[in-house]
Amino acid sequence: MPEAIISAKNVVKKFGDLEAVAGINFEVKAGEIFAFLGPNGAGKSTTIKMLTTMLQPTSGELYLAGHDVTKQREEARQSFGIVFQDPALEEELTAYENMRFHAVLYKVLKTQQAKRIEELLKLVDLWERRDSLVRTYSGGMRRRLEIARGLLHHPKILFLDEPTLGLDVQTRNILWNYVEKLSKHEGMTIFFTTHYLDEAEEVAQRIAIIDHGSIIAEGSVKQLTKQTGTKSLEQAYLKLTGEAVRDDVSEDNNGLNVRSVMRNR
Amino acid sequence: MKNSDIYILWWRQMKRYLRTRSRIIGAIGQPILFLLALGYGIGSVYKKAGQGNYIHFLVPGVITQTILFSGVFWGIQILFDKRFGFLKEMLVAPVSRLRILVGNALGGTTIALMQGIFVFLISLIFGFRPYSWPLLTVSFGIMAAMSLALTSFGAGIASMVEDFQGFQAINNFLIFPLFFLSSALYPLTSAPTVLRILTEINPLTYIVDGLRYTMIHQSHFGLGKDLIVLAATLVVCVGFAVNRFEHLEA
Repeated sequence: MPEAIISAKNVVKKFGDLEAVAGINFEVKAGEIFAFLGPNGAGKSTTIKMLTTMLQPTSGELYLAGHDVTKQREEARQSFGIVFQDPALEEELTAYENMRFHAVLYKVLKTQQAKRIEELLKLVDLWERRDSLVRTYSGGMRRRLEIARGLLHHPKILFLDEPTLGLDVQTRNILWNYVEKLSKHEGMTIFFTTHYLDEAEEVAQRIAIIDHGSIIAEGSVKQLTKQTGTKSLEQAYLKLTGEAVRDDVSEDNNGLNVRSVMRNR
Repeated sequence: MKNSDIYILWWRQMKRYLRTRSRIIGAIGQPILFLLALGYGIGSVYKKAGQGNYIHFLVPGVITQTILFSGVFWGIQILFDKRFGFLKEMLVAPVSRLRILVGNALGGTTIALMQGIFVFLISLIFGFRPYSWPLLTVSFGIMAAMSLALTSFGAGIASMVEDFQGFQAINNFLIFPLFFLSSALYPLTSAPTVLRILTEINPLTYIVDGLRYTMIHQSHFGLGKDLIVLAATLVVCVGFAVNRFEHLEA
C-alpha cells in the first residue's frame, strides 16, 4: 500500500462560536483520485482552505507530501497545485504572462520555464492564444489556463475546487480527460470537490462525504452504495445528507458590482 | 536570482499600469485641472494679495496630490486582487507574506513616483521653474519616500476592509480631508486657528512643506522638521501595512 500523501488528524476549525469543521480525519494515498463531497456550508471549502495554507486550523494536524501544513508552509505550498473555485487569473496579463508569473513565484528553473510553459499551454490547447489578454478569454479557456498553471511547478498533488462549475459539457469532458491522464501517466494525486455527483461517480476512486463539519461516509462508489443500499452515488449521497436545502453563506457576491467600480476609477 | 519573486510581483503591477491608459490619463488629468483652474483662476487674486506667484506655490501641492491619490490607489490594489481572486494565487505561492507585500508595494511606489514626476514635468510647461536644480534631487527623494509611505498606507487599509463601500468611505472621509488640510492649496500663515491646528497635525502638511522648501525655497516649518515627520510617517505606514497584511485571510 502506498503511503498517504494527504492526511488530516482531528482537524477542527472554529469561527467564533461556529464550528465549521468538527474534528475530521482522512487520508489520501499517493496517485489516488479523491472526491470530497458535501452540501453547501458543510465545511468543504474550509477544509480545502486549511489544506492549502489559506486558513489556519484551530486544532489538529494536516500533512501534505510529508510536510506539516501549519509549520512547513513553504514546502507544503511547493508540493501542490490548485484550481480555485473562483477564477484567480490576472486579466490584464496574457496567458503566457500569467504562466510566467507563476513560474517565477514557484521557483521553476529559468532554463526550464519557456519549455514547460509551452508544453502545458499546448496540453490545454491555448498555445495559439498565448499572447491574448486573459480578459478576452471565455470561462472554459480560463479554467484550462488555470489547470495548466496549477501544473507548472510539477506538483505532487492537484487540488480542484469545483473545477467544472459553469462549464459546458464539452469542456467538462475535456477537463476530466486531462485529469485522468495526469493521474495515470504522472501518478499525480487529485483531490477535488464538485456538486455534480455523476462526475464524482465516474472519475473518483475514493470519496468522502462531509456534512455539518464531520465526515459521515468514506469509500469507493461501490462501498457507499452498498453501505446505504442504493443504486447510484446520487441516491447514496441523498440518503446520507438528507433532502433538505442548505443555506449557503457565500462571501463572494456581497457588496457592489466590482467591475463597474473598476471601470470608474 | 535571489529576488526574482519580488521582481515578478513588481513587473505585474507595472504591466497592469501600462495597460490601463484611462487610469494614467485620469490620474494625471486631475492635477493638471487643478493647476489650470486654480493656478490661473486664483493666481491673480493671490498676486494682488501680495503673496507672489500662485502657480509656483501650487506645484508642490499638486505633486503631493498626485502621489497621495495614486499611492493609496495602487496600495488598495490588494483589495481588487482580493475581490477578483488573484490574491489567492499570490498567497498560496511558496513566498512569504512579507515578500509579497514588498513586491506589490514597490510596484505601487514606482507608479506613484512616476506620476508625480510626470506632473512635475508638465508644470514646467506651465512656466514653473524650480528654485535650484541640484536641490531638486532632494525633492525627488521626498517624493519617493512619500510614494512608499502612501502605497503602504493603502495596502494596510486594503488588508482591513472587505468591500468597495469601505474603500469609498476611506476616499471621502480620509484621503480628501488629508489633502485639503495639508496646506497644498493655501498658505498656513493666513489660515484661521482651527484650520491651522488641523493642518499642523496632518503629516502630509510637512511633506508638502518639505517639497516647497526644496522646490521654491519657501517653508513654514523648516526642512529639518519636515524630514523628521516624513521619516516617522514612512516607518508608521510601512509597519501598519506589514502588520495588517500578515493578518489578512484570503
